[in-house]
Amino acid sequence: MTVSDNAFSTALALILGLDDTLLGIVALSLRVSLTAVLIAALLALPLGAALALWRFPGRSAIIVVLNSFMGLPPVVAGLTVYLLLSRAGPLGEFGLLFTPSAMVVAQVILILPIIAALTRQQVEELHGEYREQLQSLGLSRRRMMPTLLWDARFGLLTVVLAGFGRASAEVGAVMIVGGNIDGVTRMMTTAIVLETSKGNLPLALGLGIVLLGLVTLINAGAYVMGETARRRLG
Amino acid sequence: MNDMPRTLPAATIPALSLEAASVVHRGQTLLKPLTLTLDGYQRILVMGPNGAGKSLLLRLAHGLLAPSTGRVHWHGRPPRQAMVFQRPVLLRRSALDNLTYALAVHGVPWRSRKSLAREALARFGLAPLEKRPARVLSGGEQQRLALARAWLLNPEVLFLDEPTAALDPASMRAVEEAVRDFHALGTRIVMTTHDLNQARRLADEVVLLHEGQLVEHSAAERFFAAPASPTSRAFLEGALVW
Amino acid sequence: MPKAGLALAALGLMGLSLGATAQDEARFITLASTTSTENSGLFDAIIPQFTDASDIEVRVVAVGTGQAFEIARRGDADSLLVHDTAGEERFVAEGYGTERADVMANDFVILGPGDDPAGIRDAETVEEALSRIAEAEAPFASRGDDSGTHRAELHLWEAAGVAPGGEWYRELGSGMGPTLNTAAGMDAYVMADRATWVAFDNRQNLELLFEGDEALFNQYGSVRIDPERHPHLKHDLAEQWHDWLLSDEGQQAIADFTVKGQQLFFPNAK
Repeated sequence: MTVSDNAFSTALALILGLDDTLLGIVALSLRVSLTAVLIAALLALPLGAALALWRFPGRSAIIVVLNSFMGLPPVVAGLTVYLLLSRAGPLGEFGLLFTPSAMVVAQVILILPIIAALTRQQVEELHGEYREQLQSLGLSRRRMMPTLLWDARFGLLTVVLAGFGRASAEVGAVMIVGGNIDGVTRMMTTAIVLETSKGNLPLALGLGIVLLGLVTLINAGAYVMGETARRRLG
Repeated sequence: MNDMPRTLPAATIPALSLEAASVVHRGQTLLKPLTLTLDGYQRILVMGPNGAGKSLLLRLAHGLLAPSTGRVHWHGRPPRQAMVFQRPVLLRRSALDNLTYALAVHGVPWRSRKSLAREALARFGLAPLEKRPARVLSGGEQQRLALARAWLLNPEVLFLDEPTAALDPASMRAVEEAVRDFHALGTRIVMTTHDLNQARRLADEVVLLHEGQLVEHSAAERFFAAPASPTSRAFLEGALVW
Repeated sequence: MPKAGLALAALGLMGLSLGATAQDEARFITLASTTSTENSGLFDAIIPQFTDASDIEVRVVAVGTGQAFEIARRGDADSLLVHDTAGEERFVAEGYGTERADVMANDFVILGPGDDPAGIRDAETVEEALSRIAEAEAPFASRGDDSGTHRAELHLWEAAGVAPGGEWYRELGSGMGPTLNTAAGMDAYVMADRATWVAFDNRQNLELLFEGDEALFNQYGSVRIDPERHPHLKHDLAEQWHDWLLSDEGQQAIADFTVKGQQLFFPNAK
């Protein structure tokens, strides 16, 4: 009997059992990661589009920084947010440390660069194609932004999903700023780390399979949605 | 086809002047300093072999490109303009939405957008395709949709850059028909082509460019009957490499 | 980045979706503690009893002892429960805490591959056991993370007169659980607290080879944080927790906690 055989039956039991604790952990994971993706997208889509459309001093520097922050180690992001939100830090008085909000902040920092950098590429490409027509219609760069973002929507959906993938898979940052508190900030990934450290490998891997299944489900949904619309709109 | 209510220009369309306007890109002079005035309700055909600078001239005139030297200016207020490209740029939306989008950009209240757009689709024979994604239409349909979009903007000056270069003969006729309609309603046409027969069919005036330089600007009959320069003659005889 | 901008960002985030969690006026304290107590399941057993009695929720952030001290020093935890008596006393002496008290103890054990290549099974003392491992240069997995267990291990090497190092001595920089996973994977000797070991499932060839020396005694203490240094903390609630741990009910709850029929922590409040 190997760990992985065990893990699959454990995963199955977890899913079929609809254990309250597991549901709570899954719900929190989704809530935190989806909130983080929403916030990051709201900030990063316009930022990426602006970087694609405007030339200004410091633009290249911002792009380089964004590109390198795509590879920001989660632990570093977590540590930074920890120091900011800690009571002794500049935002200590909000009491956000060890709450889901803190985890959202950390994840936003992790995925904002990804969404912004990839959005810039996509919008820049589309702008190359649309520029003359939109200019001919008399659009200013500011008014081009929503048009380009909307017309790039299929590519951007993938970009946002990439962000969601990083957010939901990430553990280093949420562990530090969330504290992995049972029932408060315990997420799928931190629970996996905990079970691993208890040597309960089948349960850890079982949780991993549940997480993978969830993320796959969301990605499949988005893919089907995107493909249908893409085929319909050419 | 002329029963559609359209406002004829109340006053004359301002003339457009290029004064020693040139285009230099990465140290290469693509269009040599060029002085030219486009005026009246003419159909002006810009001709010349590939690489002569026809598209650049059109983009300078429409304001898509700023001249590297010299200046481009309208005598008076800039008129309403539209441009149709060789490869139509259509948004990733339905045919109808492509038109309502252009109307929205031009501040037409949303209530009237759909009915105006549908009229334009009908006029260009695209009514059955209104729900189809613009980008899966055939080349000819796409170009007619681009013309419908230009039509909705009610331009005083319409620029067309090789609008039929990539089309089959039937679609080409439809485009030429549309150009005549635009013109009949008082629109100045500025169009590039490398098709001599097309120029003979449409042109009131001809501008001939060669190697980034203005060769001749004259009335169509004179250009075809008695070209002023040896280059023009060579061009008409098909002796210039395209 | 200007503070105002950060504050605005934080406010925006709170307003967006998570205000309920962040601003909840529920009665809870944040307890910084060690992985050994959390991983063994002790908190799952005793905290509900405290919550029933006091209506105070205890949120446990389980980290290494070094990190737990740091969290408490920065004012991010209302209470501290760790196992490094010297460190706790220093924490109080430096003015971060007002008092520390013995709560309970368990002991460390030395584990290793069942075939015991260094032959420590019949060692008289822990010093002897460690010396044999060093002589045999048998692989030894150390926490290497400045945790309570790591500090205790270093004291024991010192007492044994060995300066551990070299190919066979592997500092992992990991928590107790990961260290056990690694030790099991590479057939290394390892020192662990008994609680984590008993609750640990992925043993492979690991066996308990040495136990029972008094030097392996592992004392846990509860520390009260200084209210003057961190006035924002929930000192009233934290005091109730501290007092409950030392009370008869708390001590009994600790004594009643067993894993696989084995008592893991021995209450010893004075």
